Formats: sequence, structure tokens, C-alpha cells
Amino acid sequence: MNLDILLLATMDGLSYASLLFLVALGMTLVFGVMRVLNMAHGSVYAFGGYAAASLGLWSASAGLPPVWSLLVLVAAAVLVGTVLGAVMEMTLLRRIYDKEPMLQLLVTFAAFMIFEDLQRMIFGTQPYAFSAIVDYLGVVDVIGITYTRYQLFVLPGTALGAFLALRYFLKHSRMGKQIVAVAHNREISMAMGINVKRISLLTFIGGSILGALGGALALPTTSWVPGNGAEMIVLSFAVVATAGLGQIEGALVAAVLIGLARSFSVYLLPELEVLVPYLIMVLVLLFKPQGLFAVAQARRV
Amino acid sequence: MSAYTIRMAAIAAAAALFAHGHAAAQTGKPAEIKIGITTFLSGPASVFGVPAKAAADLYIEQINAAGGIKGAKLVPVYIDEGVGGDKFLSEYRRVVQEQGVKIMLAAISSGNCNTVAPVAEDLKVLNVMWDCGTEKVLEDKRFRYVVRTQANATTEMVASVLFLLKTKPNFKTIAVVNQDYAYGRDSWELFRNTLLALKPDTKIVAELFPKFGATDFSTEVSRLQVLRPDVILSTSWGGDLDTFMRQAAQRGLTRNAQFILPLAESSLERLGTILPDGVMVGARGDHYFLHPELKDDPKLKNFVQKFKAKTGAYPIYSVYHMVQALDAVVANYDKALGAAKGSWPTTEQLADSMKGLEFRGLTRPVKMREDGQGLEDQLLGVTKKTPGYAFPILDKITIYPATPITAPVGQKSNEWVKKLTPAIMQDPGIKTFPAIAN
Repeated sequence: MNLDILLLATMDGLSYASLLFLVALGMTLVFGVMRVLNMAHGSVYAFGGYAAASLGLWSASAGLPPVWSLLVLVAAAVLVGTVLGAVMEMTLLRRIYDKEPMLQLLVTFAAFMIFEDLQRMIFGTQPYAFSAIVDYLGVVDVIGITYTRYQLFVLPGTALGAFLALRYFLKHSRMGKQIVAVAHNREISMAMGINVKRISLLTFIGGSILGALGGALALPTTSWVPGNGAEMIVLSFAVVATAGLGQIEGALVAAVLIGLARSFSVYLLPELEVLVPYLIMVLVLLFKPQGLFAVAQARRV
Repeated sequence: MSAYTIRMAAIAAAAALFAHGHAAAQTGKPAEIKIGITTFLSGPASVFGVPAKAAADLYIEQINAAGGIKGAKLVPVYIDEGVGGDKFLSEYRRVVQEQGVKIMLAAISSGNCNTVAPVAEDLKVLNVMWDCGTEKVLEDKRFRYVVRTQANATTEMVASVLFLLKTKPNFKTIAVVNQDYAYGRDSWELFRNTLLALKPDTKIVAELFPKFGATDFSTEVSRLQVLRPDVILSTSWGGDLDTFMRQAAQRGLTRNAQFILPLAESSLERLGTILPDGVMVGARGDHYFLHPELKDDPKLKNFVQKFKAKTGAYPIYSVYHMVQALDAVVANYDKALGAAKGSWPTTEQLADSMKGLEFRGLTRPVKMREDGQGLEDQLLGVTKKTPGYAFPILDKITIYPATPITAPVGQKSNEWVKKLTPAIMQDPGIKTFPAIAN
């Protein structure tokens, strides 16, 4: 292995890790606050892509110049995340916060399957694509290899931006502090006068927007087909589990770890590419069953 | 005897004959013929399955409007292949055993074909494999009830290699990017063995098998840019192929390497202007809406128009394969009815009659061999953008006759292709069509 490959694999790995991280971030945020592992997060990702494609194609036909299409993608994600997140939280999640984890998994998984069928009803089965922004931003050469500016700058930039913004928000804003409080202890937060119901709703919407953003930003380089959501939910679960459930900084490290491992394996051991994310997860969980970054939990009873 | 009496007697005799013949055709004739059709209505392969179902609906309606099969209407019963192995098999059994379906068109997926072939043999139901490519299913075992009305992967891959060697004879290195599943692996094995038999000095610089359904090929594209192969092969399809080609094109890989995509006829319209000119594209058969010999043939032309009006898209190969299987069923009834001399053919008779059947779908005729394998010619071309279409069409088309490029009955493909010699490239049946004038 030489330095060139090291550099190339790192860039490929980072752009992939960025998308993975955005989706995993939403998932881990929801788990951290509500203690629900939301399998339907994959549907939000898929809907984000479909909505971005529909809105993008519509705006392009309406004559919107491609420079604005990045905004269209983000707008689609915010729209999908807000609507789907609010509907899911209010009709479904709210009823199962205090239920068995197994039941929560089954309910959100059922929601995931319903959403999969809904997508097929609404968008059909043919692939969707909208890549104006990638073509607009163009390409850049790195040691003789052509990369799109989109994957090299936009994706990692957005992921890092989302991470820093979320951290700042949680640490320094009033509502962020309330979210952290609810994450630590729901009942005591309620006793302290925090509107936990509202915080749960907003957190869930926030998490869903991150998931949808992952989908919307993945769209320009992919053809959107049924089943994209399932693929992503499995991988982002691997990230979340490796990091430790509810760990935001951990998710960043785990996503980068898995992204890099995957791209290095394409260069060095292509046969293992498919396996690598799960190998990492298994290795980590063997030695640290709570994940890499899990903090010791005080027993509540 | 007066002329009058003679005439009367003749009429009576004719009437009797007619009545008799009519009665004979009625024995065992069902009011309707149920056809089980398995197709992907969910999952990634629904890019083939859903258009194929639209084609089946359209074509069956057309057959029934023309009187069905001697008055018996065809009634389709659909099964979704997307539900996966065990569930799929129990659905298959349910349709055969509970609904009494005697003819099954199954399947798109090679895995599903491998699964249902022995089951169909057990259930004694005529199973027409209508789209799957695996050559192994009919080479490893002889079936009475299982046939395939289109080419197998061997025919397709040998044709692809021949087209590559003819169009770009002087390449030195090749890389492959196939989906990581049975067909991705098997088609590469066939392609590689054929290529190395015909051009032994070819260097294989990378064999990449990204995950089935992958959405990120960034690393693969980077690696291919580092290796700079002369030719890049991909037998991927659907969203995988679209995404791979999109990312390859966005990063300029399509400018530096000659791509050969044996299944890309099914992606051309979706990919639009993403594919540059000069990409080699296969059609898994000789079917194409601009077929150089048959584009003005009324049967093909009418169907293409109707299909486009119904679905908004041009037919892709799974659509042609569906029509081909239905045409085979209809033609086979005619043949078996003739052989059964008026009585309605049994499933056994139908199954036996399939061997040796010659029929025509929408393009060139297909001949069924005694092992149940269909001999379907292969069309390949290179992409070219033209003012008339929003997506590239195929230029410099070559059509390869099926017989010399299919392993003969009783031979295993992977051994057979290793023994190919360059003489095959000079087969007189190969037909090359002139380039489109600008």
C-alpha cells in the first residue's frame, strides 16, 4: 500500500461516512432522549430521497437554476422530517415510550414496513434521480483521480456542520439543555417543570430531519429505488451500536471508522467489503458490549 | 338420386363432421386457462418485474380479445417474487395445488428458477422460465416440465465477449464491477472464461463485487481511476447499474475507459444523457424497439406503441421476455392441439410439445431445444445520442445467432466456453448493421 491509496481511500471513506453519520446521528439522538430504537428511521431516509427527487425535478422543470438545488434538497429534508416526524411521534411513538423495548422495536419495524409499501404506492418502483447540483459544482482532480466537489466538500461539510450545530445547541441553548435533561431522566425533568411531551416531539422531529437530510443528500449521486431505506437502517444501526446507543460524538467516530474500513477494504481485500461494517460492530461489541463510547449508567432501582 | 338429395346428403355429412369435430375439440377444453406468473412486484428487481406485469396484462388482454386459445380465455395469477425464498415457494405451491394452475411462468430471479424447477417437476406443472439467466438449471438436470423461452447467461456472455472483441480488438486490460450475488459472480465466470479462451493475453486488473443494492461506488470508481483498465465490464442492472454509471460519469471514468454493459438496454431510458456515446450495451436477447430488421414490423411496432401509451416508457428486455413466454404458450397450444388431433392436450402433452417448438415473440423467432433451452439470438450495440430521443439509442448493432454461441445439449457451459476458438468470430450467421447516419 502506498501513500496515494491511503489518501484516496480516506477521501472515499469520509464522503461515505458523512451520509452514514447524518442518518445515524438522527437515530442515536432519538434513542438518547426517548430510549426508543426507531427502525422506521430508514423510511424517513428513503422518503427524504424521494421528496428531494420530486421537489428537485419539479423545481428544475419550473426553471430554477441548479445553484439553488442544494437548498431544494435541504428544504425537502426539513419538510419530510417535520411532517413524518410529527405524525409518527404523535400517533405512534408517544404511546410506546414506557413499553417493553421488544414491543417498541416491533412497532417501529411495522411502521417501517408500512412506509415501504406506501413509498411503492406513491413513487412506484422505477428509480428516481436528480443530480443537478453535482454537475453544477463540477469535479476536482486529486493526484490524478477525479472527484466531484459535491462528495469531497458538500457531504463532509454538511455532516460536520450538523454535528457542530447539534452539539452547540445541546450545550448552550435553553431547549438543548432541556433535551439533555430529559435524556438523563424523564421523570425528574417532568418534576422540574420541563414540558417533556413537547421536548420529545421536537427531538423526534429533529432526528427525523437528520434522517431525511441523509436521504436528500445521498440522492444526487444515486438512483433512488425501493429498498434504499432498509439498506441504510442496517448500516446506521451498525454505527449506532458500535458507538454506544445515544452517543453523539461516538456516532461520529464510529461512522468514520466504518466508512474508512469499508473503503480500505475495497483496495486491499475487496471480498470483505460487504462484511466490514459488521465485523467492526461484532469486534467492538465482543469487548465492549455497550459500545465504544457508552458511559456507565447508574442503576435507578 | 337427384341432385337435390346429393346436395342435402353432402350438407348433412358436413354438418355431422362439423358437429363431431366441434364436439371433439370440446373434450376437456377448459372455459379459461389460468396462467401463474411470478414477477418482482417489490424489491430492487421490480424495475423488471413491474413493467413485465404491465406487459403481461396488456398482452393477455390482446390474446383474449382475439379469442384466447381456441375460445378459452387466459387468466393470469400473479405471485410476487420479492417476498423471498420460502414464502415464494409456498405461494408457488399454493397457486398450483389450490388454484389448479397448470402453466406457470417462473421466474425472473435465477435463484427462484433453481428453486421452482424441481418443484414443478414434482407437481407436474409446465413451468416456463421466462426471464432468469442461469444456464446451470437446465445443464445440471434434465426436466420434462421445465423449459426456458429465452437465452441463458452463456449465450448472453459469449455474445458480449464477441461484440467486445469485434468493436475494440486491441485492448489489453479489463476490470469487472458486478453485483455480489449469484448472477454477478456466474456471469463474470462465463465472460472471463470466454474472453481468456479467445484472447488469452488479456490482463484482468480488478474484480470488484460491491454489495447488491449498494448506493456508493466511490471507492470502486477511485480504484478504477488508479488502475486505468482499457475496458470495464459490468453485468449489473437496475438501481445498482444506474447508480454506478451515474457516479462513474460524474467523475469522468466513462471518458477514460471503454464500458461494456450487457444488461444496460433496460437502463438506457432512465439513465438519459448520463451514458456517453460509444458504451457497449446488450439486450439479453435480440429485442429492441429499434430492431434493425423488425422496427417496422407491425407486431413489434404496435406492441411498442401500446406499451408506451400504457406505461410511458419503451419496453425493456423483461417486457419482451414476458411476451415471448406468452407467445410460446399460445404457439405451443396450437402445436399440441394439432398433435392431439382435436382433443384438448394434457399437461404432459403440452410439456413434451414445448421441446422442438418454434415460435416468434416480438422479434426474431426462438427455437426450443430438446433440453428445454430456448435459442434466442443476441443483439448488442453502442450508445449514440440522436436528436429524436432524450436518451441514447443503439448504433452499430450486431446480432449474433444463438446456436453457435450456446453450449450444445449435454455440455456444461463453463467447460464448453474454455474450448472456444477465434473461428467462432467468423460465424456466417453474425449480422452487422450499418451505423446510423447523422
